Amino acid sequence: MSIDLSQFYEVFFEESFEGLDIMEHELLALKPGSKDSETLNTIFRAAHSIKGGSGTFGFNVVADFTHDLETLLDQIREGTRTIESEHIDLFLKTVDCLRDMLTALKNSEEPDTTVANDISRQILAILNDEGTPSSNNTAQSGPVEPPSQSQDHSNGGSKRWHISFKPQSHLFKTGNEPIFMFQELADLGQMSIEADFSHLPPFHDLQPDDSYLYWQIELIADCEKEKIEEIFEWVLDDCELEIRCDDADLPDSQADDITDEQPVEVEAAPEPLIPEPIIEVAPPVAERLADTNAVSESGAAQSKKAESTSIRVSIEKVDSLINMVGELVITQAMLSQYSEGEFTENRRMLMLEGLSQLAHNTRELQESVMQIRMLPISHVFNRFPRLVRDISQKLGKKVELKLLGETTELDKTVMEKISDPMVHLIRNSLDHGLEKPDERLAAGKEETGTVTLNAYHQGGNIVIKIIDDGKGINPEVVKQKALDKGLIQSSDELTEQEIIDLIFLPGFSTATEVSDLSGRGVGMDVVRRNIQELNGTVEVSSERDVGSTFTIRLPLTLAILDGQLVTVGKNTYIIPLVNIIESIQMTPDQLNNVGGDMELFRQRDEYIPILRLYQIFNHDGAVENLTQGILVIVDSEYGHVGLLVDDLLAQQQVVIKSLEANYQRVEGISGATILGDGTISLIIDIGGVISLAGLKKHQRKQTRHMAVS
Amino acid sequence: MVTEQLDQLQKQLDKQQQEHSVSQDQYLTFFMAGEEYGIDILSIQEIRGFDATTSIPNAPDFIQGVMNLRGTIVPIVDLRLRFGLEQIPYGDITVVIVVKVKLDEGEKIIGMVVDSVSDVYSVNQSASTKAPDVGEADNREFVKGLVSVGDKMVVLLDLKKILTFN
Repeated sequence: MSIDLSQFYEVFFEESFEGLDIMEHELLALKPGSKDSETLNTIFRAAHSIKGGSGTFGFNVVADFTHDLETLLDQIREGTRTIESEHIDLFLKTVDCLRDMLTALKNSEEPDTTVANDISRQILAILNDEGTPSSNNTAQSGPVEPPSQSQDHSNGGSKRWHISFKPQSHLFKTGNEPIFMFQELADLGQMSIEADFSHLPPFHDLQPDDSYLYWQIELIADCEKEKIEEIFEWVLDDCELEIRCDDADLPDSQADDITDEQPVEVEAAPEPLIPEPIIEVAPPVAERLADTNAVSESGAAQSKKAESTSIRVSIEKVDSLINMVGELVITQAMLSQYSEGEFTENRRMLMLEGLSQLAHNTRELQESVMQIRMLPISHVFNRFPRLVRDISQKLGKKVELKLLGETTELDKTVMEKISDPMVHLIRNSLDHGLEKPDERLAAGKEETGTVTLNAYHQGGNIVIKIIDDGKGINPEVVKQKALDKGLIQSSDELTEQEIIDLIFLPGFSTATEVSDLSGRGVGMDVVRRNIQELNGTVEVSSERDVGSTFTIRLPLTLAILDGQLVTVGKNTYIIPLVNIIESIQMTPDQLNNVGGDMELFRQRDEYIPILRLYQIFNHDGAVENLTQGILVIVDSEYGHVGLLVDDLLAQQQVVIKSLEANYQRVEGISGATILGDGTISLIIDIGGVISLAGLKKHQRKQTRHMAVS
Repeated sequence: MVTEQLDQLQKQLDKQQQEHSVSQDQYLTFFMAGEEYGIDILSIQEIRGFDATTSIPNAPDFIQGVMNLRGTIVPIVDLRLRFGLEQIPYGDITVVIVVKVKLDEGEKIIGMVVDSVSDVYSVNQSASTKAPDVGEADNREFVKGLVSVGDKMVVLLDLKKILTFN
């Protein structure tokens, strides 16, 4: 019987990446010299799980590497070494390195160990430097032991440990593997091991996946009892473990003798005793990976694409889903019961009732399923403390990052796609926005700049703000740059806001010198395009010496929306219900005309610009008389706007389909959907329609002014 | 010795056959304004009648609109208008050829309205000649080559060029 461990790889990688995220998060919270044992323990636990897992799955490169890290962490945790900022930096590098290695392994590639070796050396250097609290600790450092290692053992106060390890028969079934524990023991010092075969059953009674062996281990090491217990920590409940110590220190000569024997024994003793399934596990990962490569060449490419296809869901969400499916089943049973036998008026009523219940169930179920895709935005936000730390160090700036609204939920697909544009915006804020400490002091600001990330829901959208308190965007610089690059003409009259919006044009960059962070001029237009692809918008507002704010608006989900069906001529369009404030029939006295080309609808004390959809979309045969059509008043980033349509039809939930998949982006249209009769209807993108109509924000402001006066 | 020679001969034969089959392409041809055009048969998904479409605002005139093809939204191109020919009213034999084509932005499924479908020909690639490179004809870039089938000329089309709209 063999166990195919590869089926657990996915889980292992997921957990390891999660562990790395935790490590990174905690490391960033760690201050040099801190004795916060809770934080340190969390980091240690994460590292330990990764090491254990990678060992189990045969990713020895990772396991060995993590081992060194663990040793250093352990010293810090036990207080024998104080943590310094260089340690934190090194740990962060280690996290990056581990992430790269695991990514490589996940993609069935051979991980690049040069960085890892380099970091290992640095860790060992720290472990071995004169600041080493006591030679005791060096003994624990990993398999990449310097040759002087054995010398250290004999110098230290070595103790002779007798360990009797009697696992219960189900040891393997709980996923534990004695050989890894023994290897870990061997790392502590000199070990000799003896297996007790006396409990082996006759061959025909032998269960290949049961464990029948007991082990007597003799270990000469200068470690504490806890250290040994820790190795057996995972199996304590499944075995009888006895650890005794002969206090008498070993004479040097004896220790040396054992050093010579030891490798032979460790290698030789456990191997032949390992039952079948474990040998299956043993071949090094490289070999196995080579196998998979041979099977399908495209395998590697596919696995790259298959990234993050799984999702973790809270148990409550699943429970509510199960509840709802239960109700659905009951309703279905009810309906099928009613449909049996003769069909009477009474029965018809019952059927109708059942059907409406079914509709109710379906909707609830749909909502719950959508809920599953929703994750808190902290998944994205949590990446940024590290980013900000690295960049601010590089730039020599002092930055505080504030995260607000981390629990705001967002569709997973949207989340994955928003992270890159956000990285870019944050880099920009740090690089171009925030000033150096001395400049900030000179400007009368706090030395430390602040970047705030804020996320919240507004209507059917999620709004993400990236706010910095830096020097703001200088419109003159932007204008000059745009002139230089020929993006605008000197004769163009632009408002300040319009000038600032120029930064979103392709080929624009304000940084006079190009750094490796930003300033290549491929930035903001890509950011905007990426966000537009998600049917979102990005805006910037900026005040000199006060700071800039980037506002990203995104739809909560890309899959479904509540829509109002409207007709324009022969065409049916859908306006997202969340945008609609009201729909009214206009009377002539409510209409005003400004300068001949802008029509306004007066409602209470507000003037609402009217956009004739048929004009914007170039459709014939629509109602052109304002008083005969219907004005749908919608909320937009530019304030309230009225859309003139012929008629209102039903309201319904629609499944959004992409127009871009087979066609291309259409200005003013956010997507398409298929109606009940099989025809396609297009979904109106309010922002797009407004920009099609050429209605810009400043014009909007003007109309508001008029309303006030 | 003999078996080795036989093996070699067999290999050569296989190779020739392979080369032969590679250079033979099958083309589906259709009529439009009396001319016969051919497109690579492997790119064709299906052939169907014309259904009502939903028009797309501000789209070029040759984009008829989008059609629901079993849940997929498929744009429909009127090939006559794409070629700058006069549009004729759609009738019973008007067909939509739905093709899957690899464009720069990725693989897309697009329908093309043509007058009528004609035949399937096997064409030896070497037999196709380039369209004459004179004149200012706008449509020349759509043409991949010209082949003679019997005494007819068939215009082989470059789908990628035709279906890249901007």
